Amino acid sequence: MLIRKYPSVLIFLGILAAFTIAVTLMSQAYGTGAIPTSMVKTLGKTLCLALAALAMDLVWGYAGILSLGHMAFFALGGYMIGMWLMYARTGEIVAATLANAPIPPTPMELQQGITSQIFGVVGSSDLPLTWAFAGSLPMQLLLVLAVPGLFALVFGWLAFRSRVNGVYLSILTQAMTLALALWLFQNDSGFRGNNGLSGLQNIPGLGHVPQATLSVWFLWASALALGLAYLLASWLVAGKFGSVIRAIRDDEARVRFLGYSVEGYKLVIFTLTAMICAIAGALYYPQAGIINPAELAPIASIYLAVWVAIGGRGRLYGAVIGAVFVSLLSSWFTGGRAPDLNLGPFSVQWVNWWQVLLGLAFVCVTLFAPRGLSSVIDAITGLRHPNRRGQDLGPDLGALREQEAEA
Amino acid sequence: MRRIVFCLLLLIAGPASAQDLGAVLEVSRDQIAKPSRQTIGPVIDEIAASGAGAVTFLEAWGDRRLGLTAEGRFAIVDGEATIDAVTGARITEEVDLLRPNSGVRGLIAAALVPAQLADPDPVRRQAALDALGRDATPGHLPALRQALQDPDPGLAARKARLERLLTIRFDPDPAARVTAIDSFDGDDGTDVQAALSPLLATSRVAAASLPETANIAARLSPGSDDLSPDAAYRLLVDAGLARARLTEADQKSALAAHIEGDQVAGVPVADLADPAARDRAYAALAQAGTLAPAATAEEVEAALKAHVFADIYAEASPEVTDAARAALNDMAFRKRVQQGADLTLDALSLASIYFLAAIGLAITFGVMGVINMAHGEFIMMGAYTGYVVQTLVPGKTVSLIVALPAAFAVTFLAGVVLYLLVIRHLAKRPLETLLATFGVSIALQQMAKNIFGTQARPLTAPDWLGGAISWGEVVSISTIRVAILVLALLFLGLFLFITRRTRLGLNMRAVTQNPGMAASMGINPDRVAMMTFGLGSGIAGIAGVAIGLFAKVTSELGSDYIVQSFMTVVVGGVGNIWGTLAGAALIGGLQKGIEVLNPANTLAAQTWMILFIIVFIQFRPRGIFPTRGRFVEG
Repeated sequence: MLIRKYPSVLIFLGILAAFTIAVTLMSQAYGTGAIPTSMVKTLGKTLCLALAALAMDLVWGYAGILSLGHMAFFALGGYMIGMWLMYARTGEIVAATLANAPIPPTPMELQQGITSQIFGVVGSSDLPLTWAFAGSLPMQLLLVLAVPGLFALVFGWLAFRSRVNGVYLSILTQAMTLALALWLFQNDSGFRGNNGLSGLQNIPGLGHVPQATLSVWFLWASALALGLAYLLASWLVAGKFGSVIRAIRDDEARVRFLGYSVEGYKLVIFTLTAMICAIAGALYYPQAGIINPAELAPIASIYLAVWVAIGGRGRLYGAVIGAVFVSLLSSWFTGGRAPDLNLGPFSVQWVNWWQVLLGLAFVCVTLFAPRGLSSVIDAITGLRHPNRRGQDLGPDLGALREQEAEA
Repeated sequence: MRRIVFCLLLLIAGPASAQDLGAVLEVSRDQIAKPSRQTIGPVIDEIAASGAGAVTFLEAWGDRRLGLTAEGRFAIVDGEATIDAVTGARITEEVDLLRPNSGVRGLIAAALVPAQLADPDPVRRQAALDALGRDATPGHLPALRQALQDPDPGLAARKARLERLLTIRFDPDPAARVTAIDSFDGDDGTDVQAALSPLLATSRVAAASLPETANIAARLSPGSDDLSPDAAYRLLVDAGLARARLTEADQKSALAAHIEGDQVAGVPVADLADPAARDRAYAALAQAGTLAPAATAEEVEAALKAHVFADIYAEASPEVTDAARAALNDMAFRKRVQQGADLTLDALSLASIYFLAAIGLAITFGVMGVINMAHGEFIMMGAYTGYVVQTLVPGKTVSLIVALPAAFAVTFLAGVVLYLLVIRHLAKRPLETLLATFGVSIALQQMAKNIFGTQARPLTAPDWLGGAISWGEVVSISTIRVAILVLALLFLGLFLFITRRTRLGLNMRAVTQNPGMAASMGINPDRVAMMTFGLGSGIAGIAGVAIGLFAKVTSELGSDYIVQSFMTVVVGGVGNIWGTLAGAALIGGLQKGIEVLNPANTLAAQTWMILFIIVFIQFRPRGIFPTRGRFVEG
């Protein structure tokens, strides 16, 4: 049913599977070694970013809520899994050290050793209350979903209830992100201040597995998560729920007058996408190895919107294409691998000028190609936007423009 | 004359058994040659009391002009001449100069005070008063009282004040001390504080019962906030009233010392990961007499019950401590009030900065419903324009006068160009505009980085803006912040003038209220929007110069203020200058106010402020002064 309605789902899953198998066969752990481990990690991280972009597309492209705070949920997910990774890993190290002592350590001493290892850097020797479950993997996995989910639920309820929308909502979500980042930056908030959590690439209990193998495992996990989330998102937008949130995007007042609980729908999509972002973050940061409050900077969330816009909002594959394209291009340019552009007396070094190019390219996409990179796919498949004589799909601020709509 | 007065003083104040200088020096030659601050005091007092020649001797000693000859006679080096300290005869042989350290020299200086207080030279009297203010002993009080008369009224006042301060510290009569304390009512001088604070010094004691005469500051019960049971028991242990408790670390090391094979007193080592097993092993060892038994929980409980704990003043008289505490409390209250005034100034200054940064944003948001994410970069452009002008134009004042209009012109143009190229094509699409201007913002920021480098560029204020205006010790504000406040007020006035008295303002208001109707009345909304956008951007440029004057100019300058500017606009309400003003005042005041509650942590202040704003938006979704009218989209 879903496949018949959206044949692109099969194509997407096929491409994703082919990509994952290809990378595996070229990795150092399971194949020829053509792709170095660091590149495998970059690709795995890119899949996680694509997952976050998918969530952003659901909330912005389909529900019309321009949230500038979804990277905060991404980072929160990373923090939640990072707490377990750091606690358990430090526990292994401390236990190994204390095993040399003549008397075996009590559980209390073990915990004190871990605490002073983790929090010595911020001058604290007590385990904060927020770390109460840090020793248990199932609890922290639950928190990966629960903390960002509850956070989004409360924030969304407050915001949607008082009918904050449009630009106000964007600014408010940005403020929320900034507040969270500033709070995490404090040493006494219990998350190691601006040191953040580090050493996350070492998975407790898997010390014997080399990083080359681990990176491929994480690539598989990221690809699986992206594939499942894509299926879920396609199913959501294909059904009645999808129709309602699209209608809310284009004309909220009319949906409300038709008797739908607009706030409820918005709240569901906001919380759900926050949780998808959290999963993406929980898969991303073990590959990145370190997380600190700078990851929550408001600008990161705006970049997420930029990826979706460049890929083409309102199409699920557009978000994925945009995130993959821009983040890979970005790491290529900023990695110093791009050749300098020689303009006679002036030579453009891309490390310095890439941001300028990105910014201007983004302005051009918004102005001239609202469908972004998806317009390429539309051109191939022969899709054309409907002729509405310059009218947008609805009166609301988040409504799709004429050129963005699908015929 | 000086000597005579000194001798008189000694007759009154000094000890009766004054000895001859020569005899004193003879007895304590070694101590004088190698003095230590702890033990030299009595010797100096004896010398001071020894009559003729003592002052000269002490002055020379303190100035490091005193020496010892090979045969042990003291000699004073005075320029070219060297004379014997006791006899005054000339000495020709080699002299080994003594070098007392600063602590000893302080004691010498204190001993010289009585003589110097009565010196005919006002400069010397002043120096003596300074020395007395720093380092006084009980013996100085009568000396000072004798020398209260002074021909110089300023010095006489100082002497009187010092006499009251020394009375507080040294007078044997509590009533006199209380009178002296009361006489300082309303006086916040640090010297008064220094005299009063030591009176309230307490020591924490634990005893079976407190002595009747003790001046108790507070009785403490173990387990209260001020005294934890652990701390109370430690007091008892320190006082030798109870047996020490066994700490976990001690227990562990004691057990480790008694490992036999793989057992400790019959308990397997592997089991010792359990605290109960450790207690068992230790108890077994204690029973066998190998280890000293530690205090049990019951013993601790009983010991805590059997003793009383209190903070006791070192000062014996309760009247004096009460008066001192009252005086210090008054002082603290007055200081609080002053700090409050200072804080209000700070908040006002911060609010004026936010107002300047936000006013341009508010104008464009009000007229077009457009959030310009590049607004922060316009602020940065203004600051960099100021920097460039300053490198080209000599003279700080002139360059500042040139920089303000230059920054306005540059950012006005930039705003108009941004409007024509981007914003006009995204009419009625505020969210797309937000993102597109964000693209402009990252491009501009990176371009500034490429052109000016990542390090901070200085934008120096002219000297007449360099100082600070202060009232009293606590309340002060830097001149530059006053200038920014004035600038903010100027722009408030300018903006009111433009909107109320000019054609452009009329058109702006018309377009804000109803663009369609305005257009049908012959107003070109596009043109009005362009001018408005230019105006808003131009003000951002001027704000940039103002901010650059006290903050370093970097490419991130604008983004530091942009979120606060958004908050100001959102809280204030759209399209209303008074709303922006109220928003800026609220945010600036709030941020400073929260900082007071937790002064060490400005990050926390910002976090709480943002949370407050999120809650505030719940109740006033359209800001403090919402725009009203049929055509306001909502």
